[in-house]
Amino acid sequence: MIQISPHAEAALTCTLDERSLYLRRLVLGSVRSAGRGHVGPALSLIEMVRVLYDDVLRIDPSNPRDPNRDRAILSKGHGCLALYALLADRGFFPLSELEGFCGPDSILGGHPEYGMVPGVEASTGALGHGLSIGVGLALAARMRERSYRTFVLLGDGEINEGSVWEAAMGAAKHGLDNLVAMIDYNKLQSYGPTDYVLPLEPLADKWRSFGFAVQELNGHDVGALRTVLKQVPAVPGKPTAIICHTVKGKGLPAAESNADWHHKNKLTDSELDAIRVAVGDF
Amino acid sequence: MRNTAMNMVHKLAARDERVLYIGSDPGAGTLRAMSKEFPKRHLIEGISEAHIIGMSAGLAMEGFVPYVNTIATFLTRRCYEQVAVDLCLHNLPVRLIANGGGLVYAPLGPTHQAIEDIAIMRALPNMTVICPCDADEAARMMEQTLDWKGPIYIRLGKGGDAIVSKAEHGFEIGKAILMRPQGDVLMVTTGIMLQRALAAADLLAAQGIRAGILHMHTVKPLDTAALLQAIRGTRLVATLEEHVPSGGLGSAVAETLIDKLGSGFPAMLRLSLPDRFMHNYGSQDSLLKKHGLSANAIATSIEHALAASRTSSPQLHST
Repeated sequence: MIQISPHAEAALTCTLDERSLYLRRLVLGSVRSAGRGHVGPALSLIEMVRVLYDDVLRIDPSNPRDPNRDRAILSKGHGCLALYALLADRGFFPLSELEGFCGPDSILGGHPEYGMVPGVEASTGALGHGLSIGVGLALAARMRERSYRTFVLLGDGEINEGSVWEAAMGAAKHGLDNLVAMIDYNKLQSYGPTDYVLPLEPLADKWRSFGFAVQELNGHDVGALRTVLKQVPAVPGKPTAIICHTVKGKGLPAAESNADWHHKNKLTDSELDAIRVAVGDF
Repeated sequence: MRNTAMNMVHKLAARDERVLYIGSDPGAGTLRAMSKEFPKRHLIEGISEAHIIGMSAGLAMEGFVPYVNTIATFLTRRCYEQVAVDLCLHNLPVRLIANGGGLVYAPLGPTHQAIEDIAIMRALPNMTVICPCDADEAARMMEQTLDWKGPIYIRLGKGGDAIVSKAEHGFEIGKAILMRPQGDVLMVTTGIMLQRALAAADLLAAQGIRAGILHMHTVKPLDTAALLQAIRGTRLVATLEEHVPSGGLGSAVAETLIDKLGSGFPAMLRLSLPDRFMHNYGSQDSLLKKHGLSANAIATSIEHALAASRTSSPQLHST
């Protein structure tokens, strides 16, 4: 019997502050405009992306290609609505772009594209690519003696991909302590529970055995995320993995832990009403 | 050819600090001298091709020019999505040095025989595909790879292939080399089929048939202007490739003739491997011979096609 992590229980019960609700309104506004979007995967990710962009990354929205910036790659590209909300809110592009999500002339597609969206470091969407790219970025920083750090956000379903574990071995081989893998462990992938589709446990032990320093936390706890992310590398000489226990669809009762909300098409009037009740008018 | 290309990586690394060698699990001692002189730029990353391509993309994003090297089938089939998305979509200057293009690894069987690599690499937007014919040309080619924008797939032959290229031909990516002037037939070759074409041309000459040879070392971008120039006055265009019929040089030439001329072009003969995996071993040479790609068989096929073209209007022929 798998022990349920206390962080997972905390993720289920914790409340969201006004900024987290605001960011959810941005995400859901995009879904409403486009009539489509990966809702659940974005809502589980919001606090992870929020703390990164608000408190951790050394970035300048007015100079998104600054060579000394920290790099962040959303390897689970289908969570892009959370990233778009943060990038727009931080001024990488106008908030009005969010309304055009997936439109024919929009810069914001259903998966993020490098060169199209200011602040997006790599085109993702096909899963299992981001950590390897991150290893390359982190190794380049080491070789060029640059101080930037690389953060890669991975989905739990995504780490079914063998390439992720190839990358993990590579990161450990090079002792890339300037590389941080953040796993959005919401325990629900497209078809259903990760335990059913392809069990990941013991997940922390897996990352440890691949040579990572591992932290676990409630991925909706903004304070805990700040504390852990500000203390990377967790162990000098090792890459860091932060297992963020989250809830798919967090913040929308109907969507929470509900695989039907992995990707949503047109939102009905009653769903929109329920969203307003949960996150406020938008 | 392989040793020359490898040594060129070392030479380029000495000139330019952006150059990296990244091998998966190459033969013992591969680029040993480079590993001693530039240990930080000689990376051996394990049998993890998907990861290596992604990692190379990350390094290229930061200004490096990685030369990734392993066996051709593993560099194409295993990590195709990474090549497509990480390299081609981002249009990054990563060079894929593929050992054993075609049937070089004949004795090792179909898992090691790269018979469709040109097709699948050529299909990718932003990818450049180069098949040098010998070691000297490989050296000239490698010189040109340093500052080429975007990814390059380099299909290497076995090594020890007869040197037929000449310094005066030079080398420019995307520029075909007219090895013999147009005649009754124009053979279009890539990679080590050039040697066989030259031998076939001599056999044909003995029969009174003038054979031109256009060496298309770069299959993508295809040198359309050189092709259209070279087919003038010829009755037959014969493409020669160590590759399945789909999607390789023959396809590229046929597509170009159709797209640029529509009609009225010479008859065409595509000589290639068959559309199937090889279940015979032996050697590269024995397999090529078995599938009609010896100089003798090429010459005979061309003679027959020329005879057929006399009695019919111009049309496309397929093997």
